[in-house]
Amino acid sequence: MSLLSIKDMSVDIGQYSILHGVSFEVQEGGVFVLLGRNGAGKTTTLRAVMGLWKPSPGSVRFRGEDISGLHTSDIARRGIAFVPENMGIFGGLTVAENMVLATASGKFDASRLERVYTLFPALKKFWDKPAGALSGGQKQMLSVARAIIEPRALILIDEPTKGLAPAIVDAMGEAFREISASTTILLVEQNYAFARSLGRDVAVIDDGRIVHTGTMAAFDADKDLQDRLLSLSAFQEDHE
Amino acid sequence: MSAVVARAGGVFWLPVVLAVIAFVLIGVPSSWLTLTVAGLSMGLMIFLMASGLSLVFGLMDVLNFGHSAFVSFGAFVSASTLAALSGWLTSGSLTLEVLALALALGAAVAFGLGAGWAFERVIVKPVYADHLRQILITMGALIVADEVILATWGGVPLAVPRPSFLEGAVIIGDSSIEVYRLFAVAVGVVVYLGLYLMLNRTRMGLLIRAGVENREMVEALGFRVDRLFVLVFMLGSALAGLGGAMWAGYQTLITPDLGAEILVIVFIVVIIGGLGSIQGTLLGAIIVGLMQNYVGFLAPKLSLASNMILMMAILLWRPNGLAPAAK
Ligand SMILES: Nc1ncnc2c1ncn2[C@@H]1O[C@H](COP(=O)(O)OP(=O)(O)OP(=O)(O)O)[C@@H](O)[C@H]1O
Ligand SMILES: [Mg+2]
Repeated sequence: MSLLSIKDMSVDIGQYSILHGVSFEVQEGGVFVLLGRNGAGKTTTLRAVMGLWKPSPGSVRFRGEDISGLHTSDIARRGIAFVPENMGIFGGLTVAENMVLATASGKFDASRLERVYTLFPALKKFWDKPAGALSGGQKQMLSVARAIIEPRALILIDEPTKGLAPAIVDAMGEAFREISASTTILLVEQNYAFARSLGRDVAVIDDGRIVHTGTMAAFDADKDLQDRLLSLSAFQEDHE
Repeated sequence: MSAVVARAGGVFWLPVVLAVIAFVLIGVPSSWLTLTVAGLSMGLMIFLMASGLSLVFGLMDVLNFGHSAFVSFGAFVSASTLAALSGWLTSGSLTLEVLALALALGAAVAFGLGAGWAFERVIVKPVYADHLRQILITMGALIVADEVILATWGGVPLAVPRPSFLEGAVIIGDSSIEVYRLFAVAVGVVVYLGLYLMLNRTRMGLLIRAGVENREMVEALGFRVDRLFVLVFMLGSALAGLGGAMWAGYQTLITPDLGAEILVIVFIVVIIGGLGSIQGTLLGAIIVGLMQNYVGFLAPKLSLASNMILMMAILLWRPNGLAPAAK
C-alpha cells in the first residue's frame, strides 16, 4: 500500500478549475519529487493534500484512509507536516515559540530537539529571538525544523531552495537526506540539480495534470523527456 | 524619521507627547491633571470595549459591526442589576455595596459570554471569510439588538445607581479627581495585564498570537483555529459587556443609542491602534481618550471632529495603524 495515494484529484479555486484529475502514488521512504513549470499546479496539489484547498471527494488517501474531506488540523494530526512556499513562519513569535507550536503537547522530546539543533545550529543560536528577524535561509530551516520536531510520516515541502544562497542550499540538501532516512518527503522543486540529487521517484505536472511518473534515475537519463516536459531552458539548470 | 521614532521607544510615547503639548496649551496644572485623569479613564474604558473587536478581527478577519450591542447590553444589564440591588447600595454596608457592584459587573460579563457564544455560532459562523455578508448580517443584528433594548428598557434615559464608595472626588493640590475615574483606570489596567499575561504566558495565548499572524499555518500544525475563535469571541464580547457596564456607571444616565456612539469611537481606536494587537488597541484608546478631553476643554467646537482628524492623520503616517500585529 502506498503511503499517499492521489487518484483523479480535481481542485477548483473560486470559479477556476486548477487541477483536472491529478493522480500519483508516493511510496514510503525517501524523497518523491514533484516537478513542473511555473503555474503548473504544484503548490495547489500540496495545499489540497493538506486540506487547505478542497480536493474532489475520495481523491486523497493516506495510509489507505480517505483524508480528502478532513479538516487541515486533522490531516496534520494524522502525521503530515507542511512546509509552505512562503515558509509560514510566525515572525512576531520567537524561534522557540514557533517550535513549541509545532508540538502537540507543548513539550519537546529532548532527543528530537537535539537533532534539530544538530541539523540547524543557527536555530539554537537564535532560539529566543523573534523569528521575523531571521534571514531567509534561517526561516526556511525553522520551517523545516517545525515539520520534524514531532514524529511524522510525510512532509510536504514547497520550493525550499527558492532565493537561498548556494551554501545554504547545500546544507538544506544534507538535512533533507538525513530526514528522508526516517520520514518520507514529497518535495516540490524548481531547482532541477537539487531535485535530482535527492529524488528517488518523480512526477511531472503540467497545466493541472500529471504528465509523467517514474524513477528519478530514468527521468534524469532521458534528456528528451525533460526538455519536452519541463522546457529545462526555462529552469535554473544549476543554482550558481 | 521612523528610525528616530523607534529608537526613542516607538509610538508608545505618543500619549506622553500629547500630554506634554496639552500641558503647555492648557497652562493650568490643576485643570491639566483633571483632564489627563479623565482622558486616561475614558481611554481605559474604551480599551475594554475595543480589545475584543481587535482580537476578533485579527484572528479570523471577521468584521463585527454588532460588537457595540454587547456594550449596550452590558450597560443596561448592569444598570438593571444595580437598580434591583438598590437596597444594598443604600444599606450603608460596604460589603453589600461591593457585592452589588461585583454582581452588576459580573452580570454584564456573564451576559457577554453567553450572548457572545450564541452570536458567534448563529450569526458569524455562517459568514466566515466573506466580508460583505459579515458587514450586512452583523449590522442587521445590531439593529435587532437595539430594538430589543428599546423594547426591554424603553426609550427614556435610565439612571444608573452608583455605590457610595465610588462617589465623590479626591483632591490633589488644586485639582479634584472623581473616584469613579480612578476606579475605571484600575479596572482597565487589571484587565489589560490579565490579557497581556494570557496572550504571552499561556498556550492558548500563543495560539491566538500565531493565529492572528497566519491562521492557515496554525491549522497545518494541527490546531482548530475556529474552535479557538469561539472562545476569543466570547472573551471579546464579555469585555465589551464589562466596558459597557463601566461606561454606564461613568455616565450615570444611559439611553439605548449609547452603543451607536460607542461603535464609532471603538472602530476609530481599533483602526488607529492597528488590528489584532492588544498593545495597539490600548495605545489607540488612551490617545483617543486624552484627545477627547483635551480638545473638549481647549476647543469644544472641535471635539466631535477631533477623533476623525486624528484617525486620518495617523493613517496618513502609518496606514496599518500605530502598532498592528505582525502579519
Ligand atoms: N488563490 C488562487 N486563486 C486563483 N487562481 C489561483 C490561486 N492560486 C493559484 N492559482 C492558479 O492556479 C494555477 C496553479 O498555481 P500553483 O500555485 O499551484 O502553481 P505552481 O506550480 O506552484 O507554480 P509556481 O512554480 O509559480 O509556484 C496557476 O495558474 C495559478 O494562477
Ligand atoms: Mg508554487
